[in-house]
Amino acid sequence: MTQRIPKWLIAVAAAVYAFLHVPLLVLVVFSFNDSKYGVSWQGFTLQWYQRLFERSDIIDSLKVSLEVGLASTVISTFLGTLLAMGLARHKFSGRAVMESLLYVPVVTPEIVVGISLLLLFGTLRTQMSVDTPSLLSIIIAHVAFNISFVTIVVRSRLEGMDRNLEEAAMILGADEFTAFWKVTVPQLWPGILSGALLAFIMSFDDYVITSLLTGPGTSTLPIVVYTMARKNIEPSINAISTIILVVTSVLIWFADRLEKRDTSLARK
Amino acid sequence: MSPRLAWLRWSARRPAARAWGLMLPGTLWLLVFFLIPLLFMLGYSFMPKALYGGVKLGFTLEHYQRFLSPGTDNGFLYLVILWRTIVYSVGCTALCLLMGYPVAYVISRAGPWKNILVFLIVLPFWTSFLVRTFATMFLLRDTGVINESLKALGLITDALPLMPSAFAVMVGLVSGFLPFMVLPIYSSLEKLDPSLLEAAEVLGAKPFQRFTKVVLPLSMPGVVAGSLLVFIPALGSFLTSDLLGGAKEEMIGNLVQRQFMTAGNWPFGSASSFVMMAMVLVAVFFYLRQRDSAAAMGA
Repeated sequence: MTQRIPKWLIAVAAAVYAFLHVPLLVLVVFSFNDSKYGVSWQGFTLQWYQRLFERSDIIDSLKVSLEVGLASTVISTFLGTLLAMGLARHKFSGRAVMESLLYVPVVTPEIVVGISLLLLFGTLRTQMSVDTPSLLSIIIAHVAFNISFVTIVVRSRLEGMDRNLEEAAMILGADEFTAFWKVTVPQLWPGILSGALLAFIMSFDDYVITSLLTGPGTSTLPIVVYTMARKNIEPSINAISTIILVVTSVLIWFADRLEKRDTSLARK
Repeated sequence: MSPRLAWLRWSARRPAARAWGLMLPGTLWLLVFFLIPLLFMLGYSFMPKALYGGVKLGFTLEHYQRFLSPGTDNGFLYLVILWRTIVYSVGCTALCLLMGYPVAYVISRAGPWKNILVFLIVLPFWTSFLVRTFATMFLLRDTGVINESLKALGLITDALPLMPSAFAVMVGLVSGFLPFMVLPIYSSLEKLDPSLLEAAEVLGAKPFQRFTKVVLPLSMPGVVAGSLLVFIPALGSFLTSDLLGGAKEEMIGNLVQRQFMTAGNWPFGSASSFVMMAMVLVAVFFYLRQRDSAAAMGA
């Protein structure tokens, strides 16, 4: 091959990879550093991790984050999968409008999403005395920004799928519901699961939208991490950041595997 | 007849009804909790301000006039914030392109390393934006790793003012959005037919010419898509400028947040949001036009 990559190009790429990953590695390394203030290395310790378990605000916020994450993932995965089915499997007028509606959440800045919902819930409260508890409003917001992403992921799987199997099942006497449950869903499962994983990660990581809708007792983990980053009192924030990084990396690796397995199955 | 069977019979001849049956719940959610709130906000931005952040009934353009007026308002010149937002977003897009293109190019030719290299780009793409921003703070702040290391080496005595600064915001934005640039460029380079390069070589094109005449034009769809994917979130960014920039580096996102959370001027905050949304829509419009003309050329 004449197309060898020039050395300088490899050096540039390596520098960019370093730029992306070194800050995170440094953060992780210092979560094990036995020094409260300085950033010089004072020996290995796990005390910042132990400290996390003593802080009730972190434990509580983790619970809120998991509640919000699970609830919004289940709802958005369900609604998003149905939307994908409708879009991928049926011809109807108004499709183009539906497609654009689907992409509005993808391009809308997070701060605008959060503010507009704050306005909606605020107006409902002052004008109609409908009070939306902050936990509920956070879940509603997370579902609203997750639906589109789930739909896009699931739809791309659906479009790559073989419809003949479903038709065969129906010719063999299955009605549409049975064909769907017994034939389509098992094939679609990896797509649904990777959509759900991505929805969970986005919900679990969200700071901007949640910070606008949160109230007393509904601080999620990112809200607490943000406050710690602002005050920067001790390396516990490095420890919690490391845990978040490890957990999301594992989830992403899992989603990546699912997608690979899915596409390799589709090729067979 | 069971209701299930009845629905199947009724909908069999009406595919649109069946599609809408599946899509109705999700569509309603998007309408009620996404589109309607945006329209609410649009309405607010045209209404006179009342006490305590509320609005009065009526129609006014004063909030947009206030935003776009060339004079200062309590020491704030909103046009400066608008201009800064545009400059940072364009600068971030340009830097991401400069840094991301070589990476995408190397990945597309990395053979057995491809999967791991793509994964290393996807990983930061999905890991917590907040944690990554904090990682940048941890390096750049006065007591951060860079300043402390330089002090320990005796190179400086006082901390370098790395953060808060425009430089820190740019580092945060670029490291935050770089993966959005790399992935689309990589996928368009991946589709490039190697025989075209061989043909160019046979016809006497030098490596540089092969790049500018063959590779670059064919990867333009990726470049355009990547630029949009970086530019839009950069326009709307809040966290980066909030944590790494401080009050002097405020972007529109911070202005909007301040109007709602502390200044209590909801209609003005809504108008500011729509100035931001208008820029996003202009970017999307240009992208779609570009993409359609590229598709027309390809056809």
